[in-house]
Amino acid sequence: MPLYKKIKGRVWRFGANVDTDQIIPAEYLITADPKELAKHAFEKVKPEFAQQVKAGDIIVADENFGCGSSREHAPRALMGAGISVVIAKSFARIFFRNSINIGLPLIEASVDAEEGDELEVDFSQGIIKNLTKNREYTFKPLPEFLLNLLESGGLVEYTKRELEKAQT
Amino acid sequence: MGATISEKILAKKAGKREVSPGEIVEAEVDYVMVNDITGLPAFEVFKRFGERAKPIKEKTVLIPDHYVPNKDIPSAEQAKAMREFARKYNLPHYFEVGRGGVCHQVMIEQGFVAPGRLIVGADSHTCSYGALGAFATGVGSTEAASVMALGKLWFRVPESLRFVVEGKLGKYVMGKDIILHIIGDIGVDGALYKAMEFYGSAITSLSLADRISIANMAIEAGGKAGIIPPDEKVFEYLKGRVRGAYEPVYADDDASYEETFTYDAKEIPPTVAKPFLPSNTSPASELGDITIDQAYLGSCTNGRIEDLRVAAKILRGRKVHPNVRMIVVPATQEVYQQAIREGLVETFVEAGAFVSGPTCGACLGGYMGVLGKGERAISSTNRNFIGRMGHKESEVYLANPAVVAASAVTGRITDPRELE
Repeated sequence: MPLYKKIKGRVWRFGANVDTDQIIPAEYLITADPKELAKHAFEKVKPEFAQQVKAGDIIVADENFGCGSSREHAPRALMGAGISVVIAKSFARIFFRNSINIGLPLIEASVDAEEGDELEVDFSQGIIKNLTKNREYTFKPLPEFLLNLLESGGLVEYTKRELEKAQT
Repeated sequence: MGATISEKILAKKAGKREVSPGEIVEAEVDYVMVNDITGLPAFEVFKRFGERAKPIKEKTVLIPDHYVPNKDIPSAEQAKAMREFARKYNLPHYFEVGRGGVCHQVMIEQGFVAPGRLIVGADSHTCSYGALGAFATGVGSTEAASVMALGKLWFRVPESLRFVVEGKLGKYVMGKDIILHIIGDIGVDGALYKAMEFYGSAITSLSLADRISIANMAIEAGGKAGIIPPDEKVFEYLKGRVRGAYEPVYADDDASYEETFTYDAKEIPPTVAKPFLPSNTSPASELGDITIDQAYLGSCTNGRIEDLRVAAKILRGRKVHPNVRMIVVPATQEVYQQAIREGLVETFVEAGAFVSGPTCGACLGGYMGVLGKGERAISSTNRNFIGRMGHKESEVYLANPAVVAASAVTGRITDPRELE
């Protein structure tokens, strides 16, 4: 989780209520490999996405991004596609948990951006810049518990440490 | 100040006197469930915990249901991974094909679910268990693996919303209609991150099956949990079924709800959610002439024996319309057996419906009933997103089992009262 550095990327723009069936259709849930899943990301709603997405690209969406299934395959597919951060007005809660737990950065913010705009995200300052439109937005960082979870390597590292504690 | 059901259960499980909305707590989890799709990534994550990590046997429940019986070779490998994980750690709670079924109904039938418990599942419809007064919520695979190892997990204490439905429900109006009506009112993010608690005489009068349909679809309003205070109907159901002891939890009289929504039961008709969101609702009688290609009866939302009885009653002595395929999928082996005993399976088959053993397959567009381009289904399931049951240009209309059966007969979406 690169919370300490700036991310720059091109925008893929989505609306409200982007559900997990749109992110990764269920017929491809026969693997959990992020790269394989990425090949089918948004296949039914934005078929050019999988072909044209580049490492570092950013998703900007409206309310309730990631609603629907609990499938962790959804954030995995986005990570596999190289998405560096998802910025949305709000997130569905299981998608939010999954992303934090596997290390896909999310930002809850309302940002004016169109498909193809270039954004710069500064996690440490809580600032999003739309370089194309020359506008700036601020965002609230995650609660401390979740930041600690992310910075210490996500839930896998956390679990390992807890298991060690229990054994000593 | 008083506490809601969610706050009380989370406080108890976190070992605290009280908790408040927004607070993040670590709480002891009673059971963690994964299915064949979400299991595989969980098992891979589990390996990363190291050789010495062992899943907690009593708490770990493995239920293959989405793509079993195996739909193809990759899904066979996925199901095999679950079987091997169960064998490697000698896990007792594994439900093989032919001895289980749709995970949420299995969890309830097998007595894992009880009032006051805290249960997580790597499936979004885990919220179904709130119908028995548990706090249950969907999680991801990584965190499911973590709970298998540690028996606890972090939770953000949700704000609670109160839904009160008073009065007597009309004929053919079911739990499904209540929850569709509510989602139509508050929207698919109307309860985002929040716990929904349901009260009122219309809720009390419902069977447990109908209550499960309501709690099941809390997630379709973005809810973290959907909880109904447990009563005699729940305690009766649990007799001889529940594993271990349990303690019902109720909200305090002065509990604080962020908002209260009140509905009059007689204003709720048989309701249909049109594509492509569960909030896009309309009374079945007002839809006009919408022809269908498929009628699907089943799923964790409406695949219980009570649902099958309602549909069979309408189909008895009638035939499925020549232009319609009707697919009936009992949620579990127990439901299937009961349906055979009661002659319901015979009724369906005689009407010209296809009946199969339990699987989630068609509900999520996996197999056993996938829709082609331009095809339309009436379905007793819970989601009607773009391409949910197949081709991106197919359509799913959500409804209760009576509407599904009536529509199967007429070939177009039909309010069952029309057949009388």
